[in-house]
Amino acid sequence: MHIIESAVLGQLLEAIAARGYALIGPTLREGAIVCDTIRSVDDLPRGYGDVQSPARYELRRVDDGTYFSYVVGPVSWKKFLFPPRMTLFSATRTGKTMSVVPGSNGTAPPMLAFIGVRPCELSAIDVQDRVFLQGDYIDPTYKSIRDNCFFLVVNCAVTGGNCFCASMGTGPAAKAGYDIVLTEIVDGDHHFFAAEAGSDRGKEVLDAVPHASAGDVEKEQAAGVTARAASSLTKQMDVEGLPQILKENFDHPAWDDVARRCLLCANCTMVCPTCFCSTVEDTTDLGGTRADRLRRWDSCFTQDFAKVAGGNVRPSARARYRQWLTHKLSNWVDQFGTMGCVGCGRCITWCPAGIDITVEAGMIRGHNTQE
Amino acid sequence: MTHEAIHASVMSPDPMLAHPVTIKRVIWETDDTFTLQIDMGDFGSDYGFRPGQFNMLYVFGAGEAAISISSDPAQPRGLAHTIHRVGVVTTRLAQLKRGDMIGVRGPFGSSWPIDVARGKDVCLVAGGIGLAPLRPVMYALLRERTAFERIILLYGARSPLDLLFRVELEEWAKERNVEVLVTVDRGDSSWKGHIGVVTNLFSYLKLDARATLAYVCGPETMMKFTIDELERRGLPESQILLSMERNMKCAVGFCGHCQYGPEFICKDGPVFTLPRVRHLLDKKEL
Amino acid sequence: MQTENLTEILRQHPFLAGLSDRHMEVLLGCASNVRFAEGAHLIHEGQVANRFYLVRTGRVALEIDVNARGPLRIQTVGPGEVLGWSWLISPFRWHFNGVAVADVRAVALDGECLRVKCENDHDFGYEMLKRLSQIMERRLEATRLQILDVYGTTPGVSV
Repeated sequence: MHIIESAVLGQLLEAIAARGYALIGPTLREGAIVCDTIRSVDDLPRGYGDVQSPARYELRRVDDGTYFSYVVGPVSWKKFLFPPRMTLFSATRTGKTMSVVPGSNGTAPPMLAFIGVRPCELSAIDVQDRVFLQGDYIDPTYKSIRDNCFFLVVNCAVTGGNCFCASMGTGPAAKAGYDIVLTEIVDGDHHFFAAEAGSDRGKEVLDAVPHASAGDVEKEQAAGVTARAASSLTKQMDVEGLPQILKENFDHPAWDDVARRCLLCANCTMVCPTCFCSTVEDTTDLGGTRADRLRRWDSCFTQDFAKVAGGNVRPSARARYRQWLTHKLSNWVDQFGTMGCVGCGRCITWCPAGIDITVEAGMIRGHNTQE
Repeated sequence: MTHEAIHASVMSPDPMLAHPVTIKRVIWETDDTFTLQIDMGDFGSDYGFRPGQFNMLYVFGAGEAAISISSDPAQPRGLAHTIHRVGVVTTRLAQLKRGDMIGVRGPFGSSWPIDVARGKDVCLVAGGIGLAPLRPVMYALLRERTAFERIILLYGARSPLDLLFRVELEEWAKERNVEVLVTVDRGDSSWKGHIGVVTNLFSYLKLDARATLAYVCGPETMMKFTIDELERRGLPESQILLSMERNMKCAVGFCGHCQYGPEFICKDGPVFTLPRVRHLLDKKEL
Repeated sequence: MQTENLTEILRQHPFLAGLSDRHMEVLLGCASNVRFAEGAHLIHEGQVANRFYLVRTGRVALEIDVNARGPLRIQTVGPGEVLGWSWLISPFRWHFNGVAVADVRAVALDGECLRVKCENDHDFGYEMLKRLSQIMERRLEATRLQILDVYGTTPGVSV
């Protein structure tokens, strides 16, 4: 474990950028902390925290100069690995002949460094890896970006009001899969990061910036930060036997109850870091000689999602909410070997009706956890 | 390549990329169903499929449709799809002529098993357009006639005008130990065949339930009542297979649209054994 | 001689499977062997339902006249099946035509004769009703499925 002084954080980012990576990290945008292109440490939302609860997100100021005293915002890293809108291919037609070129059309994939990935988000990327890289087919766009991706993970020192990573086994400390993991520590006047490398290239970057060796004190402090974070969590998902319970309760009255509240707005699926449903769109130019086929994000909450010839298999709100929850917490296990949920709490924050996935799962289980 | 040796091949590393192919011939089977025979061009050399699999057919600017392959798996260069004109894309496909180009990607999906049927009786039950994905099975069975025992085809359509492949139905009926029974939901005075639901045709057969494999394909309602009838006649559920259908955008398990409980119909199906999906069949709005 | 042959024929028909020897004797008195050439009518819509038929070979189409559209055939009855049950249910009239679409050999059973026997021997009557209600149930189920028009372009039931 290394110690990196807070003043060196900027150099750390520069070192990563110098190795050819475009930095993507947390930054302030219209009252929220989102993931976007950053140029330097100055773009980080230093001194900010967030307050989250069902249907509520607010920024607040913190006075200790910390860089990472917030959790997750409405944008997740899936935006960069699984772009919301993307050209699959372009078809050109001249007379009767049609030819097709792939959307990427020879352009090199970007080399991205994700700065400030939270442990739950790292798990979310692993979840999406299973979908796009480890099945019968591989998504070439996802793979080409993912292969080059540099992960600078930050362990959580504070937790959000909607977070439940511990019960999902995904945080607040990262276990593996990062290039570098930082834990931010404020000890009186001393503001520094405990840093560990999880890969050769991560080690190489850490070695390239001023650092010291961590002693037992610092190691204990780092462990203490994430332990305190874990105990500050206020929500949890009871996952024991949950996949089977959901399968067995297809007609539970709780589905009707949540259906009365759910607006089918699809916010949850958009902010969720693991939701992967997509649809295709075909556009032509005015002359009718060129047609583009685009892929864009879709949501099982939309009216058209379950259209079939002559009807719709899921017309009701009840069926759509049930589909989302059952997929996330039950079917996903059959399909990919893990649950789809990582406990980041975004769906709770950004649901205008404040629907809480941990509460709804609990309702199906039979406990009434509402106050 | 024998149809058994062919592994379901994706034609390129990008499973979403359509490959331009040319229409060789258009055959109108009924007034709303037609068969497109495809000239595969460069892709023909590597392309192969198993009975029950489907391709995604792309029409310039209009989109894609998932269409079962209805031709002989032993003749991959004779690739053909029988299409029911029912939506936007299939209507555009219906307007195409010989020489026009479309995009193809595939083949996708699970297939009707042929090997496990060796030494057994095979009963194909087709409803409407459901005969199209079963025709490749019939070709495969007849190609090695002595490997299989009794072959039965029960086929139901809306009316006599909606019957597909009428000439082939008669040819198959002439083959050794092959029975073809056809029924329609309604007929006029010129129709001398059976009239009634396809399951009624079982009244005219004596099945050896333990030795019979049943492959069922058609509208979901029809498949459900056929399964009831097959079980009433003593077929074990492990010997009943069906082909499910859902909306598909990608056909490779990425878009999420075709999920049926935990199953992706595009890659875990469309052909399923009954035990795998029977607990899902009765769930409303699954 | 002919009676013995008829017994054998009756024994083989699925409709009478499991019928006791005593009841078979009762039935025999109302039974006769019949044939119809292709195109012949076995029953006529609106007429008094005096007979019902156990089809042995051939095929009978049930037809309803739909005026402007000509006769519509809605069901066929084949070997091992039964044509007609209106003989047992008031007002004892046929609701459709029955036309042989192939040469038909059948056993005709005299409806009035059987009605009397059912009234006099309730055990026998129950055996008849048991079998007929089974057939009616299956026919009703089949008809409902036909109404769904599952092969139509816009199925009535959401998949």
